[in-house]
Amino acid sequence: MARSVTTQRKIINTAAAWTVGMLIFFPILWTVLTSFKTEATAIADPPVFLAFDWTLENYSTVMERSDYMRFLWNSVIIAGGSTLLGIIIAVPAAWSMAFVPSKRTKDILLWMLSTKMLPAVGVLYPIYLIFIKMGLLDTRTGLVIVLMLMNLPIIVWMLYTYFKEIPGEILEAARMDGASLKEEILYVLTPMAIPGIASTLLLNFILAWNEAFWTLNLTAAKAAPLTAFIASYSSPEGLFYAKLSAASTMAIAPILILGWFSQKQLVSGLTFGAVK
Amino acid sequence: MGRITLDKVSKSFGDVEVIPPLDLTIEDGEFTVFVGPSGCGKSTLLRLIAGLEDSSGGHIRIDGNDATHVPPAKRGLAMVFQSYALYPHMSVRKNIAFPMKMANVPEDEQNRRIEAAAIALNLSDYLDRRPGQLSGGQRQRVAIGRAIVREPAAFLFDEPLSNLDAALRVGMRLEISELHERLQTTMIYVTHDQVEAMTMADKIVVLQAGVIEQVGSPLELYRAPRNKFVAGFIGSPKMNFIEGDEAAKFNAHTIGIRPEHIDVSDTEGQWKGTVGVAEHLGSDTFFHVHGTGMAETMTVRAPGEVNLRHGDVIHMTPRKDQIHKFDAQCLRIE
Repeated sequence: MARSVTTQRKIINTAAAWTVGMLIFFPILWTVLTSFKTEATAIADPPVFLAFDWTLENYSTVMERSDYMRFLWNSVIIAGGSTLLGIIIAVPAAWSMAFVPSKRTKDILLWMLSTKMLPAVGVLYPIYLIFIKMGLLDTRTGLVIVLMLMNLPIIVWMLYTYFKEIPGEILEAARMDGASLKEEILYVLTPMAIPGIASTLLLNFILAWNEAFWTLNLTAAKAAPLTAFIASYSSPEGLFYAKLSAASTMAIAPILILGWFSQKQLVSGLTFGAVK
Repeated sequence: MGRITLDKVSKSFGDVEVIPPLDLTIEDGEFTVFVGPSGCGKSTLLRLIAGLEDSSGGHIRIDGNDATHVPPAKRGLAMVFQSYALYPHMSVRKNIAFPMKMANVPEDEQNRRIEAAAIALNLSDYLDRRPGQLSGGQRQRVAIGRAIVREPAAFLFDEPLSNLDAALRVGMRLEISELHERLQTTMIYVTHDQVEAMTMADKIVVLQAGVIEQVGSPLELYRAPRNKFVAGFIGSPKMNFIEGDEAAKFNAHTIGIRPEHIDVSDTEGQWKGTVGVAEHLGSDTFFHVHGTGMAETMTVRAPGEVNLRHGDVIHMTPRKDQIHKFDAQCLRIE
């Protein structure tokens, strides 16, 4: 039964939603505003909200001092590569769990997810040593592999949820029609799961893009993505809030735009296919 | 060619044996219907033949070749599913072409067969639509089209009409029968609807709890059911069963008489009762009779013009030669 919603209730709900939304958005807004301030205004007390001399000086300094495009390119390769590799591995895994489940399938799914509960720093040391041994330190290949492994449980879990919604009879029909397992996955399952796969791709691209722990610890100069670019403005010469904000804004801008244009897929991705 | 032989085929899910070892032969070109109440194993049996389930024992032969461990794709059988199971992301044309694409049929041959199937199934105007834009009946035709272009050894139908409304079901039933007349290919058809079984089959296989109760032509099953279960399952409305003294007069534990084999009168007859519900179909009237002292309710068929109402006294006389006799084990006594 539909609940009747009074106008008063609607107003309260809307106001509450906006408040929560603004609270979450405020730090980003403040970063963007700070990036247009001079260093002095940036640390002014009391803080200035809008009435300051807007300047692009920070952006030009940041562009001069570091090669933004190289960091950006590294971010794209690492986030894109790890997501694609993850999908390629996860599709068959999710297929088998969704359509030929065994007694242990649920346990395996939970176990996979439980690895996400492990603090990353707990395995930093062994992974760092492996990276040295294999010559993967400060390489994009190394980061693609690590981030793929970090996000694989989520990718498998999401795809599994989407695949579960595809009627098994359609796959059986493909089998009766003479499709091999590969053809069944390629021509029938994957095209039918495109919306789900798209949300999974997007969400994992964003997760990988924003990942800072591994990217900071396993890179130095060559393979450093935008997270390292931001970090480089925080430590060496003390804090320069305005420049740091400019760098941050530049680092989050691409992903923010991507996220804005794919809101619909993202929402369905975040609800893990539970809401239709 | 499509002669299918099941030799001691059985199926268990874990510890539960759904189909005890079973033998059955389906001749080439035969229209065979598996019928039984839900959960009787008829769909499982079909899926065993299709290869979608692995059998737990025995051998399945298609045209003499052992197909027991052959994957479904290689058995040369086509299947039509209850839910149609069309590929929602492909046009009707691509749906029908899919099995040919998988079999590497040359493109011009593919197109020739698609056109032929589209004309036969009245789908020519819909070839470029997606399944989602079609009605239930049209979807079922696409599913049949996808099956016939493969030119399979046999067609398997898994309750293909149960998602359609009643009027459409009758029409599709005729279409499938006509298709069988034209193609003369083996068809195995699973249904729980005994009317579909009676009207379409060359051979009916009645199943209960995974066991074949009887195999025979529709009229054989109607005239000489092997046991009480088949007698009650085949025929509509159901056969009346009478136990006790009245049955003893015939030296039987139970006697069965079909509603259409009882003559009705408002003045005299062998049995007497009162009309409960009268169902007027126009051509016929079915009376549900209470208070006969033999069975709780008896159903009788009378001509449409007999006009008895609720509460009226009704006299009934069974036709002696149409009475079926069963022993205490529910088996038929000749």
